[in-house]
Amino acid sequence: MPTALLLFYILSAITLGTAFLAIYSRNPIHSAIWLVLCFFSIAGHYLLLNAQFLALVHIIVYSGAIMILFLFTVMLMNLNKEDEVHKPRVTRLVAVILFALMLGSLVLIFSQNQTVSDVYSTTGEDYQSIKVLGYVLLSENDGFMVPFEFASVLLLVGMIGAVLLSKKEKTTTK
Amino acid sequence: MQTVLEQIDIQNYIYLSTILFCTGVFGVLYRRNAIIVFMSIEIMLNAVNLLLVAFSTFHQDAQGQVFVFFSMAVAAAEVAVGLAILVSIFRNLGSIDIDNLKKLKG
Repeated sequence: MPTALLLFYILSAITLGTAFLAIYSRNPIHSAIWLVLCFFSIAGHYLLLNAQFLALVHIIVYSGAIMILFLFTVMLMNLNKEDEVHKPRVTRLVAVILFALMLGSLVLIFSQNQTVSDVYSTTGEDYQSIKVLGYVLLSENDGFMVPFEFASVLLLVGMIGAVLLSKKEKTTTK
Repeated sequence: MQTVLEQIDIQNYIYLSTILFCTGVFGVLYRRNAIIVFMSIEIMLNAVNLLLVAFSTFHQDAQGQVFVFFSMAVAAAEVAVGLAILVSIFRNLGSIDIDNLKKLKG
């Protein structure tokens, strides 16, 4: 078995196992920690696919920023295991059935279809270094300059919105 | 030397992303805690990102990675606003059980 395939299988097992544990564990903090592991293994997948820039951004954004937000929120709410009630049995059963059906049908669809360009061939050209990515993102003629600026506006608006939403109101009725 | 995608078939990545996406869907359906539902949505977003990167490598085109970059930015903004909404809901109702959030019922 080639090394990359072995690595892929190990990383996939970690990804799927931790994703499932994140959903299944009762304690929200445990969920957050399992999710951090899941995100790190996805960064490992990106490294395996030779996308170093995205792996770094993924670790910084997901494993760093988003998970800290989650942990802060969980700790702010001080949720106890006792008020965590599972859904009624019928709902859980339907969820499992829907999961199995969706998984089965999607895997069936993808196994019946081959990808359009069947053979993967490489030209040896560098196409995903930070230099090339920066050119694709920010070149003047056919780049993604305007969406990039809109993304920054979106992040700013999101930040202001988060501050406004979680701000304590001065005249609370309670 | 063989490249990575010659050793790992692209089909393998498609299956991995499919299973990961379905795990996220399962989480949304299965849990009542709104924070865990948010985490499941993140898992779904990550599954799609992984597939985008795999296809970007497959087609040797950097544009797929640019899309992943934007989807990460949107996910970050979404999580910030969503968690702030959850905090204010928790402050008003005292729980974040999604079965209790029926205020917007038409």
